Amino acid sequence: MDFLPAAAPIVRLIEELNKLPGVGSKTAQRLAYHLIRTSTEDAEALAQAIADIKQQVVFCARCQNITDVDPCAICADARRDQTKVCVVEQPLDILALERTRSYNGLYHVLHGAISPIDGVGPGDLKVQELVERLQNHGVEELILATNPSLQGEATATYVQRQIAGLGLKITRLARGLPSGADLEYADDVTLTRALEGRQEFT
Amino acid sequence: MDQSRFFKSEAIVLKYFPLGEADRVVTLYTPGEGKVRAVARGVRKVKSRLGGHLEPLTRVRVLIVKGKSLDVVSQAETLTSNIALRGDPWRTACGLYLAELVDGFTSENLGNPPVYQLLRQVLETVGRTDDPDRALRRFELQLLRLVGYAPELHHCVECLADLAPASHSFSAAAGGILCPSCRGSDPLGRSLSLNALKVLRLFSSSDLQTAERVRLAPELTLELEHTIRYYLCYLLERELKSTAFLDLLRREREAGERRSGKSEAGVSSRSR
Repeated sequence: MDFLPAAAPIVRLIEELNKLPGVGSKTAQRLAYHLIRTSTEDAEALAQAIADIKQQVVFCARCQNITDVDPCAICADARRDQTKVCVVEQPLDILALERTRSYNGLYHVLHGAISPIDGVGPGDLKVQELVERLQNHGVEELILATNPSLQGEATATYVQRQIAGLGLKITRLARGLPSGADLEYADDVTLTRALEGRQEFT
Repeated sequence: MDQSRFFKSEAIVLKYFPLGEADRVVTLYTPGEGKVRAVARGVRKVKSRLGGHLEPLTRVRVLIVKGKSLDVVSQAETLTSNIALRGDPWRTACGLYLAELVDGFTSENLGNPPVYQLLRQVLETVGRTDDPDRALRRFELQLLRLVGYAPELHHCVECLADLAPASHSFSAAAGGILCPSCRGSDPLGRSLSLNALKVLRLFSSSDLQTAERVRLAPELTLELEHTIRYYLCYLLERELKSTAFLDLLRREREAGERRSGKSEAGVSSRSR
């Protein structure tokens, strides 16, 4: 960073803020001077919140989701269907699925997708943890809910091959047209999958 | 309307990375302009009209608007979805490897139509064949020729003598074969069997049908892959990223074949 004619603690804060994604040096400077003007309580609350996520947030030993209690609230909930596991790429995908209120099973977070061009392979994901989990618990159905992208598809198929021998029912989220979409703008792959997955209309 | 701001072309999507909330920067390979990087706005949203058309390895027709800093994809329409490359990790991995090579060996705004045709053809091949190794090796050698890095395979690069039918050494630094008496000039050179040399020569000039008729023993397949990869990494001055996943899938496949007792040890070892 360029030389800044500011007090050492401010420079240090600017440098730390500058490391955040999407925060350039100008934004970092503005944020730092904004924090100086905010109340002590607000600033300390922010500092404490940052410290807490590093100390209190862990991976759930069962589903690998990010949580403050292990096992996480979803895994510990006895009312949920323990025979279904839904495999997602990111913790945020769980929030999206929970918003639907249509799924009552458990989850497994892979923390990414296989992306050879970025050098991300199965070893960088929580695939082995999934295989071990499925061998021990009474899971009957595995729902592959990775993104419908090239990487997500490759990940889904790779996971499917790894657990094919366990005798589970393996399903994949349906692919097709989003509500409110125009058919004429749909790409060939989506349309093909939508045709393949068509259902009897009664 | 200023027509020069618009650029319409056929293209193959090589890769993308996320930008901001819902955008992606897409790297396309076009016949006329070479590599083109452009922003595709909103493509990570479910209802995006563009998103499904701009997945890697898709052949698309795009309309690009030249911007001040970054170009923007205005329209995209799938020409070939290469659907066979999806859903099978092995084919996906091969396709992304080819995309990484084209990305590594080409420049922006420098058209090379034969490279485009070569990539288009090999992606279709990988989508239909169960044994893409020969198509990949032929692609690598012909890509190197088209971008000006063809290895010298007929004369010793040091003493320029014709090569005798024997084992030689392949030197990435010298860009070709060293004869047995010159092999000391590059201690990092890799020894190369006569059969491997013959296949390298054939793949450098043959059409795809001829290359696919060649039968390769497993050891020769590996020797060719490692020799060419050594040369590719030397030229790129870095390791290839997508090969780790390819190698992992190959190991898993071979382990599976050993378990099921279908080892291909009995396959013909003829090289040509």
